[in-house]
Amino acid sequence: MGLTLTQKILAYKAGYEVKPGDLIEIDVDMVLGNDVTSPVAIKEFLKIGVKEVFDKEKIALVPDHFVPNKDIKSAEQVNIVRKFAREYGIVNFFEVGQMGIEHALLPEKGLVLPGDVVIGADSHTCTYGAITCFSTGIGSTDMACAMATGKAWFKVPEAIKFNLKGKLGKWVSGKDVILYIIGMIGVDGALYKSMEFTGDISSLSIDDRFTIANMAIEAGAKNGIFDYDEITEAYVLGRAKRNYKVFKADDDAEYVKTYDIDLSMIKPQVAFPHLPENTKSIDDVGSVKIDQVVIGSCTNGRLQDMEVTYEILKGKKVHPDVRLIIFPATQDIYLECVRRGYIEEFIKAGAAVSTPTCGPCLGGHMGILAKGERAISTTNRNFVGRMGHTESEVYLASPAVAAASAIKGYIASPEEVA
Amino acid sequence: MEGKAIKYGDNVDTDVIIPARFLNTSDPKELASHCMEDLDKNFKDKVKPGDIMVAGDNFGCGSSREHAPIAIKESGISCVIAKSFARIFYRNAINIGLPILECPEAASSIEDGDIVSVDFETGVIKDITKGIEFKSQPFPEFIKKIIECGGLVNYVKEKVV
Repeated sequence: MGLTLTQKILAYKAGYEVKPGDLIEIDVDMVLGNDVTSPVAIKEFLKIGVKEVFDKEKIALVPDHFVPNKDIKSAEQVNIVRKFAREYGIVNFFEVGQMGIEHALLPEKGLVLPGDVVIGADSHTCTYGAITCFSTGIGSTDMACAMATGKAWFKVPEAIKFNLKGKLGKWVSGKDVILYIIGMIGVDGALYKSMEFTGDISSLSIDDRFTIANMAIEAGAKNGIFDYDEITEAYVLGRAKRNYKVFKADDDAEYVKTYDIDLSMIKPQVAFPHLPENTKSIDDVGSVKIDQVVIGSCTNGRLQDMEVTYEILKGKKVHPDVRLIIFPATQDIYLECVRRGYIEEFIKAGAAVSTPTCGPCLGGHMGILAKGERAISTTNRNFVGRMGHTESEVYLASPAVAAASAIKGYIASPEEVA
Repeated sequence: MEGKAIKYGDNVDTDVIIPARFLNTSDPKELASHCMEDLDKNFKDKVKPGDIMVAGDNFGCGSSREHAPIAIKESGISCVIAKSFARIFYRNAINIGLPILECPEAASSIEDGDIVSVDFETGVIKDITKGIEFKSQPFPEFIKKIIECGGLVNYVKEKVV
């Protein structure tokens, strides 16, 4: 029986034949943690009693959730991570001023590469599947054990195939594609499975792919993964500091389901509270007044997202009843936005621009919602209380829709302002 | 193991199990004091040691925060029975030694407040209030081994030390 792309990577790492459902223990190429999950992992790591980590270069510690430190308690959590990094000689520890949101930062720095097996104590670790690696979220104990042994256990997953064709329309991006898919299959539509994106993917930029793979977890998936092509190669070359291996699904690979998706038919999508599956096409949204707009996060804080935000905002003003918060995902993206003059236009339009942080996405800091308030956000979850009060509401959308909505004061199509 | 069922619906996410605003600590007691707060304000007053949490599909979806199963375990819940679990929550629960059982029939039938007993050896769940018995999905051998060791850290410890 042929293997899917994910199964091929797992079989290679296992060194023997695998089939869906097999439980395997394999070497990992990168272990990631942040300021929320690493302190718990460090506590567990110390219980194991090994003197050193398995590999000082294959661990990345990225405080990004509550940084710059939001309060004394979070400052102490970050300190646990910082001290551990120093004591154990962790090479890839990223301090405020050099950091970025972990899932934008690791690929940007070339720390994760095609063919890798990556685990991260953060659910959105699935993002790196955009560059054809197996990458999945795990918890702190898994992280601890992997830091000690360099290994992790997995069940070899079955896969759902998304056979793509056509080109995205104007103002439509990867975010709309993944919201459309989650709306179609539901928040547990890919539970325990891989989502494999194949077919004609040439119209999807690397940033579109990162956004799509990022939200695979929102369909319950184990991982999301794209085929390798020239676009992947163009992104990876120049970043990679080691060799990598390119995998491809077998022609006779078996999938539990195949969806054929014509990208040209997808319209801008909005996910209504309180699940990412509650999607509507922008034409069916109706009148939804908003108080806050958030553009950024591991889902949509990359350069392409900033570019489209700039195109919509330039020369315009944010609606007086709306607070617009923009946070580029990494220092490099931030700096490029400065160089290109985006930041100046954002500020002139009336936006608040922030240093990279996960802050508002998870209701951590930097943009918490009060009771009854509504936000449209380019982030990934709209659960009850996700961005603040349990009686606040989050609507998920692309940067284009979010920026247009910031100008209008209600959820708006980019067509209305462009 | 026997306890009172505390029942919730589908897609109980980790943000309601333990909201992010409380993630600036990793102290289990502090986490437990806010467990389920955004879904059920009365949870921490009504939960008694040994109680069993029962839920629908996709329990524990969302974030990878291990703080979620830690908070549930520390609050005294002895076992979670659900129709299905989100995968990161599933492995986190196994890894930290919070017993979980996947059993759609039991999860549908058991009502809030029912007295329920669980036998992990056999996978048999009994709704004592209703007098009905269910059989849960057995764990694969590898996962049984982790459970027998009392969690992943002990399992790994045996191998490396």
